Amino acid sequence: MNAETVNTPKVIVRDLNFFYGNYRALKDINLDIAEKMVTAFIGPSGCGKSTLLRTFNRMYQLYPKQKATGQIMLDGSNVLDPKQDLNMLRAKVGMVFQKPTPFPMSIYDNIAFGVKLYENLSRNEMDERVEWALKKAALWGEVSDKLKQSGTSLSGGQQQRLCIARAIAVKPQVLLLDEPTSALDPISTAHIEKLIDELKKDFTIVIVTHNMQQAARISDFTAYMYLGDLIEFGDTSTVFTNPKRKETEDYITGRFG
Amino acid sequence: MKSTLLHQARLKQQIWLDMLFRGLTRLSAFGVLALLLAIITSLVIGSMPAIEAFGFNFLINDEWNPVTDEYGALVPIVGTLVTSGIALLIAIPVSFGIAIFLTELSPRVLRRPLGIAVELLAGIPSIIYGMWGLFVFAPFFADHIEPWINDHIGTLPMLGPFFSGPPMGIGILTAGIILAIMVIPFIASVMRDVFEVVPPMLKESAYGVGATTWEVVMKIVLPFTRIGVVGGIMLGLGRALGETMAVTFVIGNAHELSKSLLMPGNSISSALANEFTEAVGELYTASLIELGLILFFITFVVLSLARLMLHKLGKGEGQTT
Amino acid sequence: MLTLYTRRRIINVTGLVVSMLAMAFGLFWLCWILITLLSHGLSALTPAVFSQMTPPPGSTGGLLNAIAGTLMMSLLGTLIGTPIGILAGTYLAEFGQRGWLAPVTRFINDILLSAPSIVIGLFVYEVYVIRVGHFSGWAGALALAIIVIPIVIRTTENMLRLIPNTLREAASALGAPQWKIVSFVTLRAARAGIITGVMLAIARISGETAPLLFTALNNQFWSTDMNSPLANLPVVIFQFAMSPYEDWQHLAWAGALLITMSVLTLNILARILFRQSATTH
Repeated sequence: MNAETVNTPKVIVRDLNFFYGNYRALKDINLDIAEKMVTAFIGPSGCGKSTLLRTFNRMYQLYPKQKATGQIMLDGSNVLDPKQDLNMLRAKVGMVFQKPTPFPMSIYDNIAFGVKLYENLSRNEMDERVEWALKKAALWGEVSDKLKQSGTSLSGGQQQRLCIARAIAVKPQVLLLDEPTSALDPISTAHIEKLIDELKKDFTIVIVTHNMQQAARISDFTAYMYLGDLIEFGDTSTVFTNPKRKETEDYITGRFG
Repeated sequence: MKSTLLHQARLKQQIWLDMLFRGLTRLSAFGVLALLLAIITSLVIGSMPAIEAFGFNFLINDEWNPVTDEYGALVPIVGTLVTSGIALLIAIPVSFGIAIFLTELSPRVLRRPLGIAVELLAGIPSIIYGMWGLFVFAPFFADHIEPWINDHIGTLPMLGPFFSGPPMGIGILTAGIILAIMVIPFIASVMRDVFEVVPPMLKESAYGVGATTWEVVMKIVLPFTRIGVVGGIMLGLGRALGETMAVTFVIGNAHELSKSLLMPGNSISSALANEFTEAVGELYTASLIELGLILFFITFVVLSLARLMLHKLGKGEGQTT
Repeated sequence: MLTLYTRRRIINVTGLVVSMLAMAFGLFWLCWILITLLSHGLSALTPAVFSQMTPPPGSTGGLLNAIAGTLMMSLLGTLIGTPIGILAGTYLAEFGQRGWLAPVTRFINDILLSAPSIVIGLFVYEVYVIRVGHFSGWAGALALAIIVIPIVIRTTENMLRLIPNTLREAASALGAPQWKIVSFVTLRAARAGIITGVMLAIARISGETAPLLFTALNNQFWSTDMNSPLANLPVVIFQFAMSPYEDWQHLAWAGALLITMSVLTLNILARILFRQSATTH
């Protein structure tokens, strides 16, 4: 557990437990997410990696009977505090989902939707912001001449980059990526992976992936989870080349999972 | 820190708007409940004079006499129940056959167009059925079918009295048949939807052990969807009971109780349609409104049962998948 | 063994033939009805139908005032019923996960969906016509609105439920308040389906007769005054068809054809619209 010492932690998770009704899906999780780095959660399906990610912006709160206990400190305030304003939290913590989720509106409006929630921008400023976000998401070249087209008319890989652009347009500090490439073809996946590498200059990135090679390629730190437990956490090269725990080694070498 | 101040102000506004929006939708949903209560209350209040004057007797009295101001609901209640009964007797097997045809037998190319045709026909206004019944079916029935019924069924020992009478074309039986034609597309499309919830795997496994199409339908599809099929039939019954226009044209509007199905009669809805605007006097109007209350009560019970059954089917399906 | 197998095959073939006959039987009546409607209706459908008022017995005329009345009442009924239906349907799909209101409303709504429409007419008579003191177009529109509401609620809820939760999560992840998520994202995504529902509701009310008998009544003359009795196609058809006058019966057929055609057209348009939106998503 030498992760904390490398960089200043952006998110500090302490004694986190999560419940679906009576089922305990996360068990006493403790870990630190380093600022402006890529942290990957890996593990077999049902291990709780997505659940853990969804506590960071309290997305689980949309559903009844789901609750989390413990602490998730972001910039010195506890995310799980009931007094924490959800909308403010989500402006600070952006999220991109497994399947592309373009809103049923134009490409431009998709990006402007989130920005308008928090900022009063002039027409010009908004144009600039949209362009900035699309450029950051490496989509500008492909859509600059069709901003008025519906977001749903794009290809799957473009849609996913549109969703990333939409998430970063509100300038969050942390970006959560929940298996962002699992619904995409290899070429689009390569696009997105390159993009993630670019984005970590500005954002703290947490990514859930079921693809170990992907985690090895793009992340600085890796957490291996199994059945709601955090089995091992450390910098990616150590976890992959010299895992401390037998279970991690089994999973990584493909003997399990 | 200007931006955080802006955030705060926006947040307050958004929280307020959220509550307003949620409240508005909640109020609308509540409006549906209020509507039901209002319907029941207004009907009860409107029929109070009749309830006070006749009490329970209203339900079993077959007198309906505006001259002496004496009213009983027996004739229209019986008419409503009998016409709907006849309609279901005809419509259930036919709709069942149509639904089987559409889900299991029809060539794939015809499945969609025929299915759509059935659905479209379920949407034709009922007044069309009534008009067709009056101008086309009733004369045809009087000329060709009723004489035959009189000669062949009317002479039978037990059934005879129910099937003899002057061949007028108009009457309880005709009304029942028109109702059947009207509810067939409706029941058939509900049944087809219900049959389609059967998981294909289940049917394939039955075909896999060598079952015939008919066996798959009777032994797999039907048991699996039994509750839903009954629910669909009850929905059709609810429709038939409350149907006004398809019946009013052909039932004959006679406040008499006769054994024969060939004789004219009356149903609750056609009594209302024919007499309500012309009714004079408090008791007459109140009696008609009480008829409406009775009709609403009967259909409410039938439709509730139908929905509960369909709901149960939906749940069962959820558990098995 | 062979006999059992043969028996099974005979039963199978008999069953299948019977169900095919059922299909033919069902279609037979419906074809008969449509053919009569076309043959009687087309010959009665003259230009006068669209340019003249409903005539007194024994003279010729048209259905212009009835067509206008039906259009006005259907339009107003839809305008009153649709917003309420969409809001209530939204509640059922988006906000009603907890508490008793949503399940109870859903159940009651399903019953109102097929409640006898003549009772709706009685209800509006009791609460509106008696209070105002006369039959009126408004009363008719109100009765039609009450029929529209449950249909729109049902389709709105169904269509919103088809919207994947990930779309709500995505909007929520941006920090959007719920009213914005619902009105700008989910309702928008369900738009085509909801419009389909509204069109089906219009198709339904444009042929409804029973609820108008005691509310809008009828009016032999041209009128656009919603506060007085208003002519409308279904009631005119009812009255004219039941009359002994041949001119009136002809007009009734013309009206019946008009109503059926517009109902079928609306139904088909609704289906096309829905299918198109389903393929582009």
